[in-house]
Amino acid sequence: MARFVVRRLAFMILLLAIVSIATFLLFSVLPVDPASLSCGQHCTPEKIAANRIRLGYDQPLIQQYFTFMKGILAGRSYGEGAQAFSCPAPSFGYSYYRGQCVTEMITNALPATISLTIGSAIIWLTMGIGLGVIAAMNKGKIQDRVSTGLAIFGLSMPTFFIGLLLIYVFIIWLQIFPFPSYTHFLDNPFKWAQALVLPWFTVAIVSAALYTRLTRDGMLETMSEDYVRLAIAKGLPRRKVLVRYVLRGAITPIVTIAGLDIAVLLGGAIITESVFGLPGMGRLALNSVTDSDLPVIVGITLITAFFVVVANALVDILYASLDPRVRLES
Amino acid sequence: MSLDTPLAIEGKSPGQLAWIRFKKDKVAVIALAFSTIIVTLALFAPWVCALLNIDPYSLDKTTLDKFGLPNSPFGGISRNHPLGVEPGTGRDILARLIYGTRVSLVVALIATFITTLFGVVLGIWAGYKRGIVDGIIGRIIDLLLAFPSLLLIISLAPVLQPRLVAMGFPEGNPARMTYIILILSLFGWTYIARIMRGQALSLREREFVAAAQACGAKTSYMIFKEILPNLWAPIIVYASLTVPGYIAIEATFSFLGLGVVAPTASWGGMLADSVRYFRSDPAYLFIPGTALFLLVLAFNLVGDGLRDALDPKGERAQKV
Repeated sequence: MARFVVRRLAFMILLLAIVSIATFLLFSVLPVDPASLSCGQHCTPEKIAANRIRLGYDQPLIQQYFTFMKGILAGRSYGEGAQAFSCPAPSFGYSYYRGQCVTEMITNALPATISLTIGSAIIWLTMGIGLGVIAAMNKGKIQDRVSTGLAIFGLSMPTFFIGLLLIYVFIIWLQIFPFPSYTHFLDNPFKWAQALVLPWFTVAIVSAALYTRLTRDGMLETMSEDYVRLAIAKGLPRRKVLVRYVLRGAITPIVTIAGLDIAVLLGGAIITESVFGLPGMGRLALNSVTDSDLPVIVGITLITAFFVVVANALVDILYASLDPRVRLES
Repeated sequence: MSLDTPLAIEGKSPGQLAWIRFKKDKVAVIALAFSTIIVTLALFAPWVCALLNIDPYSLDKTTLDKFGLPNSPFGGISRNHPLGVEPGTGRDILARLIYGTRVSLVVALIATFITTLFGVVLGIWAGYKRGIVDGIIGRIIDLLLAFPSLLLIISLAPVLQPRLVAMGFPEGNPARMTYIILILSLFGWTYIARIMRGQALSLREREFVAAAQACGAKTSYMIFKEILPNLWAPIIVYASLTVPGYIAIEATFSFLGLGVVAPTASWGGMLADSVRYFRSDPAYLFIPGTALFLLVLAFNLVGDGLRDALDPKGERAQKV
């Protein structure tokens, strides 16, 4: 087991290194001159040149990469003398457009995104797995048709359309909610939830479908296993067979996909956040694209990749500890 | 027919069996009919529009009031404009929907084809060869999964689209569509590849594979002639479920301003535009939105029906 964990973690670090190099190369092709963007209105060629040196863009790409990676571990300072400023570790660079450290901008955006992710994940896992269990238990009956039907219904709604629809119905037409303005949870939990209910459901409706499918198919497959037959034959209560034998046998792919989905969502839900005006990672990303704010885009790409890679590693390790077959296979 | 005439025993191909199962699923049959109608309308868009006497480009200011909003209720639905008109321009919505379907379908079908092609070949190759090939393909998949694809697609568009133009793609909408198709294919093949890999891993242990290997078959022969024919069912199912996903994604790109631009009609473009008229002309949101939803739903239901017909799972499942 320990060997498996060490190998998996080593692979995770290797993958992170590759991702960071790929990101760096990918964005080096963008025709954006960071130095002139940061220069402001009264710009002279001398100022641009000075900026370039101050921000480190005069260095060769490989040098820039190592400076950047060092910044993540140890923080980074820019310039010298009175004009010097620094971004403490973990530093993902400096946004010349906003005049802020990227890490600071990301930390400001994270609470909204984390709130969105946790809330919607609870809703979609409950809905998705619940409908899947109902469908599998009543295979071929009306409950099965309705559950899978609802799932396909949700799957077929493009995110932005659900979002706009919910805004129209609940905010403009029925006026149940005020127009969402995100409030920090600690400032006012009620307002926080009020602003997030509709985004939660927007994400959940789209995501739940896949889980219904996975749960239903997985449970049906497990139900044809001999050990389930044995459990029924020896007279175990129905509930116990379902939860301990059938659902547990079907949960593996659900955990994998859930880990990946949650990690991706933590990197920002671009569509949902921009439709509802939530100040999260997704909107930060979209704004940065509009402003050609390269360091922020690179920062968000790396953070998202980090979430995904780490989540995948955690899920794998979780499996290996639950299911000895996984360990033996690899 | 007398009772003692023996009934002829007919052999049925797997395809025929699947079609019999598919036909039993009423919802899927209706969805298939609906999708076929939509595809036909899109194929013959100019004739259909001429027949209905509508046009996606002509501006009809007589339908708008002084604020640029449709002057009749429900988004300006009238005999001349069966689904109403666009606020601001007075262009016919039905005609724009019919033409917009072309963009959606072209992008979704080509991207699905490329995605499936690469996913199937690379997936089977990895599963059949194992070892170093499997390792490399697996790591590439891990790498692609780690990237936030939507963010990359948006942020790289301003650079990569001009490159496509430089490579000879016509400027404007063709280059934009090509970009979307290419980038969807780049990120999309991983899903089907993982499924194919898993299937190939178990197929390679079968006797017929060993027999072909003993005859000295090359890898390409093994992949295309021995293993691939066993996998048509899951390939058809996943390809048919990929199409509606791509239709929705194409609309999302247009919504974000990355897809085709006006005056060319696109579903996502109309929806993005409708946000501005949210309060004053909600029909402009509902009509294209519902059309998009119905098309995606129909394709999903067809794919789902195909899955049940080709790949009946849990037949042996016992009642719990």
